[in-house]
Amino acid sequence: MSAPTPISTGHEGTVRDQFRSYIQRVRGGDMGSLPAILALIVLAALFASLSPYFLTTGNIANLFVQASELTVLACALVFVLLLAEIDLSAGVTAGSGMAVFQVLFGVLGWNWLVALLLALVAGALIGSFIGFFVSRIGVPSFVVTLGLFLGLQGFMLLLLGDGGIYRLEQPELKAIMNSNMPVWAGWAMLAVAVIGSFAFGVSDRRRRTKVGLPTRPFIMLIFKVAAIAILGGLVVLLLSVNRGQAMLAIEGVPIVIPIVLVILVVGTFVLDRTVFGRYIYAVGGNPEAARRAGIKVAQIRLYAFIICSTLAVVSGLLHASRIGSIESTAGRSIVLEGVAAAVVGGVSLFGGRGRLAYAAIGALVISIIDNGLGLIGLPAGANFLITGGVLVAAATIDALSRRRSGVSIIRT
Amino acid sequence: MGTPLIELTNVTKNFGPVDVLKGVNFTVEEGKVTALVGDNGAGKSTLIKGLSGVQPFDGGTVTFRGEEVHVRSPRQASAMGIEVVYQDLALCENLDIVQNMFLGREEKFGGTLDEAAMEFAAQKALQSLSVRTVKSVRQKVSSLSGGQRQTVAIARSVLRNAKMVILDEPTAALGVAQTEQVLNLVRRLADNGIAVLIISHNLADVFEVADNVNVLYLGQMVAHLKVKNTNRDEVVAYITGSKSMTGVA
Repeated sequence: MSAPTPISTGHEGTVRDQFRSYIQRVRGGDMGSLPAILALIVLAALFASLSPYFLTTGNIANLFVQASELTVLACALVFVLLLAEIDLSAGVTAGSGMAVFQVLFGVLGWNWLVALLLALVAGALIGSFIGFFVSRIGVPSFVVTLGLFLGLQGFMLLLLGDGGIYRLEQPELKAIMNSNMPVWAGWAMLAVAVIGSFAFGVSDRRRRTKVGLPTRPFIMLIFKVAAIAILGGLVVLLLSVNRGQAMLAIEGVPIVIPIVLVILVVGTFVLDRTVFGRYIYAVGGNPEAARRAGIKVAQIRLYAFIICSTLAVVSGLLHASRIGSIESTAGRSIVLEGVAAAVVGGVSLFGGRGRLAYAAIGALVISIIDNGLGLIGLPAGANFLITGGVLVAAATIDALSRRRSGVSIIRT
Repeated sequence: MGTPLIELTNVTKNFGPVDVLKGVNFTVEEGKVTALVGDNGAGKSTLIKGLSGVQPFDGGTVTFRGEEVHVRSPRQASAMGIEVVYQDLALCENLDIVQNMFLGREEKFGGTLDEAAMEFAAQKALQSLSVRTVKSVRQKVSSLSGGQRQTVAIARSVLRNAKMVILDEPTAALGVAQTEQVLNLVRRLADNGIAVLIISHNLADVFEVADNVNVLYLGQMVAHLKVKNTNRDEVVAYITGSKSMTGVA
């Protein structure tokens, strides 16, 4: 018998080998959000050259706040997109959650925290309704959520009345999108992110070494943490400069940013490092294989829809906080932007491929188009045309990269 | 002579008025490759489904290591150590080899996935089968060839400490070189002490890899043959029914 040849784990070799195998993966069609990152850089450069206001600290802060709402909604949708499902009602679910909040808090006078919690529960109930019809009865999610898209608009009208618009008075909730953290808190947040990512990286390496597996060159972890520190530091620095026009100082990282980051980190942890997350990818990749492996496919689908709808209510809260009111017509159009953001960022519509970070990058792309075109004064029509074009381009890249990676387009 | 791992005596199965299995006697031995052949409709699939608990048998006895058992569900079969590698491979193309091999039985470490332990075990399982065609255990299955996928599916059963592996047409969709790889793998599986049951239409494969051949004809086991004592023409004669019941051990 010959000695067993070791099979590589992808962690061997120098930085150069690692880089080479990354290039190979990208050429093989596994591009992730690379196209979206390139688009982001090109768009930022384009708008910076066209408008002197684009790179002002005030506008950058604005851009992040505008993008946060869409980021959370896109993250919500990732959970169902990974299963090759869709939730067209996510936007109006967001609105409905806030309508429930308004009734409990504004009309019945309940404690705002309790009302908010019950608004999230309402979201979870909507999600379990969708999940039940999709996973137990077998109605396509497209149809169930299209029905809910209409039904929930009616629900909001009934709760809030025709043309109902209510001010959001609670200062804590208004502050989310309209106030900033003290400057020191922004730096503290960055420190937590840098130390946290380093600690995670080191503990993963330790675990591998303990089992006897090779690890990637240590310098790569340093690079990664340094990239987070430099990029994050740049953003925090820009947001720490006083961007107020008048006597009043406006400075610091907007409060919404750490909220969105926590959602991103926790969600990514669930998808990457828990059994539940693994099963979401498995069901999205091949439901029959997942079933034969003993995974309760229907249950996974149900939970994914519950997570999606609950997170959608969070994005509804951010929306209400930004505009300072709760409306009976909220969330009709944003869901399509949410799907667009996810797909532009590199989340596959065919299921099984995508990450929350991709959705966040996609949301930044959509928001930057919106923001930049507004600044250079193009009509709203151009905005829709360009955003639509970007979406089709992204979906095309998705379909082509699937073909290249040898996965058949036809789902079985 | 290997020891019988599983022994079927007078097993029957009917679907309404149709008797699909009419009293089948059959043994699978540890460390041997046992082939099950027969024409379409002979009852091969029904026999496998009974063994794997998908559709339990109606009558007869099944003994596993000398004890009578009633396999009622796939979960139970799996717990006993019976694994089936299906013709249409049950792999997720968007996941990598390690993730697929542990799908449904992930190792955990403090509530989260223990990737390091799974990666190590997957690597060892592939090495124990002397698999050389796979470059990295972290390759996505979508980037693998048909033969490599079959390899992963078979190695998965080894990881699960299978005592018996049932392979349903493992080479049906493969090219010549890949067929050779998979057949080598099947041989090594048996050399590792596992009882292998292979269902195939391809007699060339059967004669290359199997120790024993069993022929089903219209729901009855018409021949138990040792590969070294028989030839292709004889097996074909049993399959087509032009020869019957003589030489049954």
